[in-house]
Amino acid sequence: MNFLETDLHSLHQQLVNHELTAVDLVKDTMSAIDEHEPQLNAFITTNQKKALAAAEKIDAEGIAEDNLLAGIPVAYKDNIVTKGVRTTAASHMLDNFNPVYDATIVEKLEQAGTIDIGKTNMDEFAMGSSTESSFFKPTHNPWDLSRVPGGSSGGSAAAVAAGEVFAAFGSDTGGSIRQPSAYNGIFGIKPTYGRVSRWGLIAFGSSFDQLGVMTRRVKDAAPFLTVMSGHDAKDSTSSQRPVPDFSQFIGQDIKGLKIAVPDEFFGKGIADDVKAQVEKGIQQLVEQGAIVDHVQLPHTKYAVPAYYVLASSEASSNLQRFDGIRYGFRAEDVKNLKDVYVRTRSEGFGPEVKRRIMLGTFALSSGYYDAYFNKAAKVRTLIKQDFEEILKTHDLIVGPTAPDTAFKIGANVSDPITLYMKDILTISANMAGVPAASVPAGFNAAGLPIGMQMIAKRFDEGTIFRAASAFEEMNQYYLEKPSFKGGNA
Amino acid sequence: MISKDQVAHVAELARLSFTDAELEHFTTQLDQIIAMEHALAEVPTDGVAPTTQLTDTENVFRADVPVTDGPSRDELLQNVPESKDGLIKVPSIIDKGEADA
Amino acid sequence: MNFETTIGLEVHVELKTKTKMFSPSPVAYGAEANVNTNVIDWGFPGVLPSVNHEAYRLGIMVALALHAEVTKETHFDRKNYFYPDNPKAYQITQFEQPLARNGWLEIEVNGVKKKIGIEEMHVEEDAGKNTHGDDGYSYVDLNRQGTPLIEIVSKADMNSPEEAYAYLEQLRKTIQFTGASDVKMEEGSMRVDTNISIRPIGADKLGTKAELKNLNSFNHVRLGLAYEEKRQAEVLMSGGQIRPETRRFDEASGETILMRVKEGSDDYRYFPEPDLPPFSISDDWINEIAGQIPEMPEKRRARYVNELGIPEYDAGILTDTKEMSDFFEEAITDGADPKLASNWLMGEVNAYLNANKLDLAQTQLTPANLATMIQLIKDGTISSKIAKKVFQETIKKGTEPKAWVESKGLVQESDPTVLTPIITAILDDNQQSIEDFKNGKDRAVGFLVGQIMKQTHGKANPKVVNQILMGELNKR
Repeated sequence: MNFLETDLHSLHQQLVNHELTAVDLVKDTMSAIDEHEPQLNAFITTNQKKALAAAEKIDAEGIAEDNLLAGIPVAYKDNIVTKGVRTTAASHMLDNFNPVYDATIVEKLEQAGTIDIGKTNMDEFAMGSSTESSFFKPTHNPWDLSRVPGGSSGGSAAAVAAGEVFAAFGSDTGGSIRQPSAYNGIFGIKPTYGRVSRWGLIAFGSSFDQLGVMTRRVKDAAPFLTVMSGHDAKDSTSSQRPVPDFSQFIGQDIKGLKIAVPDEFFGKGIADDVKAQVEKGIQQLVEQGAIVDHVQLPHTKYAVPAYYVLASSEASSNLQRFDGIRYGFRAEDVKNLKDVYVRTRSEGFGPEVKRRIMLGTFALSSGYYDAYFNKAAKVRTLIKQDFEEILKTHDLIVGPTAPDTAFKIGANVSDPITLYMKDILTISANMAGVPAASVPAGFNAAGLPIGMQMIAKRFDEGTIFRAASAFEEMNQYYLEKPSFKGGNA
Repeated sequence: MISKDQVAHVAELARLSFTDAELEHFTTQLDQIIAMEHALAEVPTDGVAPTTQLTDTENVFRADVPVTDGPSRDELLQNVPESKDGLIKVPSIIDKGEADA
Repeated sequence: MNFETTIGLEVHVELKTKTKMFSPSPVAYGAEANVNTNVIDWGFPGVLPSVNHEAYRLGIMVALALHAEVTKETHFDRKNYFYPDNPKAYQITQFEQPLARNGWLEIEVNGVKKKIGIEEMHVEEDAGKNTHGDDGYSYVDLNRQGTPLIEIVSKADMNSPEEAYAYLEQLRKTIQFTGASDVKMEEGSMRVDTNISIRPIGADKLGTKAELKNLNSFNHVRLGLAYEEKRQAEVLMSGGQIRPETRRFDEASGETILMRVKEGSDDYRYFPEPDLPPFSISDDWINEIAGQIPEMPEKRRARYVNELGIPEYDAGILTDTKEMSDFFEEAITDGADPKLASNWLMGEVNAYLNANKLDLAQTQLTPANLATMIQLIKDGTISSKIAKKVFQETIKKGTEPKAWVESKGLVQESDPTVLTPIITAILDDNQQSIEDFKNGKDRAVGFLVGQIMKQTHGKANPKVVNQILMGELNKR
């Protein structure tokens, strides 16, 4: 079975009809992984034994007709804790860490019968947009192996794009699901803040982090998100709102849908080929009956600085627990408590993580809190209000997901600010807590995927599924397959 | 401009250490990042309340009922670098002052 | 030069809940290391806190009992610092908007009443326990990690160690009467840090303060503060300056000892806790809790005096602890005469507790048994001499007094039809004593009573015997 040539419903039908077993699927998945991993490095850990055992159990129990997800192989970003399976956050700090509990989404998805194949590569502690800050190795983009898959959920995106697994889960703090989805030509959705429980997600920026799902096709993501969502008593910030079956929005037409296109999303720094392709996509939506307005989100240019202060401040606190005392890495030959802390943390964290811890610690420190943390938190209010204002009169905000297409491995690593500015289009949705997705929108001249971003009102993921599935139906970009060329840079 | 001393102080707070060369490099980078942050100063925010979280709920409480079916002590201890008799073992403090935090 | 003293106290009190402040693991004492812990207490990657409803409710109850204004719009904050007993390297507390502000307590020292202000109070989580071994290692037990605490910060309104002592007594008593905590310093459910400074009388500015920690009893607080007063005065008198220091009280020497000199203020990098939604505390909830607060000691004291006729001093002692006060009230409900019950509790019971170093709850005495015993004395069933035997029996073994005196034959003989023939027979046998009585020798009566008691094996009711004897003597 090749995941590049199928969809969830036909897989499910074959499983129900016993034309295929869950064990077959795991074996096919493992051989796809064996085939592509030497080039991709999308996984940190795979777990064939656990996957086969789970598949055997599913096969023995039989697959119910109404359970779409049973027997489907999936992968988790390695910052989602999995009981008994090493979870590293792609950091030396946790390279020996064995969680003793499952994240809520892992519990829910296992309950639904999905098969956990393994843990995908990422930027260390989800800090980065290229997966190059992984302690282990960089992941390569299947559309051009000399390029990055984006990040931080780069391993999940590459694994799905390459057909290594059917679906993969990621976290999105400032675009970490959407930007790699765009770079890999797949669909990836970051739901509303509070829609999915964060219990078991290794925290980066607690008021930004959301878990989401990545699949090649829009309609295939819907049932996963339906299962993942909902209130969890273990996450006090998770919403109590009822969760709709997101599949019901698939295939609805978009006549009369009010779309806002912010000028700021097409400004300086956005590559021409990206602009052109996304504008073409918007025109297609208009042809299908959507009404488009050009609008302003005036505080967009402040999103990057405000985000880096706030998310880094939260991260500096969240990452203090990595101290070499209770779990994870401890530096060798430590002589006293101070050594345990300072040497463990200095040796255990990579440079990007340290940079953000330093920035966050500075922004919270005595004498700087008001000028940095509190100022950024006020700017966040203004950014949020920009979105609320536009979304009062519009169903969707549409623009590019990323300012460019996948860049060459090694091209940006030495210049943090250039890297940070690339997040400008995705960060605002995390600042405002609104749901946002990247939908495949075609390719540039070099054959690199381009993503179109759709942003909706809080808790209105349904409209994203509606518009994204309509857009997918018009273009069927998923018929294109990655080249696996370009050589290892 | 952020000074090398300031960066060293922040590193101390964050329990990180840097070599002199690293400190130099970090000071330059942090200075660039903080310069980027100065854009925030131009945004008028008088009377604007800060947003520090985005949840749609309030007053979320847990009932005072013990839950004891989680991982056992042995499981909790399995990742500990050093332990003894069910206790987490860690080299002693030299700087007594920290005991006070 | 004469100085005046300024004292402020920060008191941590453990709230009596079944589970921790931010995790559902049980709160229990004396368990094996790390047994009452879960992934949240350990600060495992990916865990999130959740707020204990009961802890917050008790916090509000304490705030109301301390006459404070409960903050309506509030949230939790993180206080960041590294220490092995602090697994997340931050403590979840309330910094920006504490649970309540502007409370007060009234104290009395040497007959002078004074209001002590309370700046603010907030709920937070306790840390684990770090034990320093002599092998160069520390050992961390996280059982205590996350235990709910309320921290009560007084205003710097106290001017002597005695006022600080009285404030602590009043605070302990008030919180204990709410039932929100055991408030026992010796068990760690109440912990006290103090700030003390002195300044020349009349000076505008407060002096530099020293912080005094490691105080294990109210008495140590008083002694430690008194020592500090003296030490600081000596430093200033000899031309020195007070440094901002943290000192500890050394029990053996009675002195305070330098722990560290404070350099600048600690940088805890407080910021709002993003993992917990904010709180909007409703008036309804506050009113509901206000209605649940048990009667406070001052009110009980006034009621004992006005309604039960208990002397002021005795009423004060009875309301010193909730345990004693509740016991007293239950004994009355069980039928005991209030004054007698008060006398017994203040006298025999307290003497027994002091002699044996026990709390009331650690004895077998029940309010019902005390009430029964008092009734037996009052209706003449037993003598006060026998009552002492009964008391020892019931406080040690929990024996029911009525059944016990009956089975042991300790019931007093008060029936004149039984006693009169015995008395007349004894008079018949002791003509000389009658003569002596007639001649005004009172000693004779004592001798006769002794004879009657001997004859009745001590069971005769002395009051009744006296009546009959006098009647018979006068007849002869």
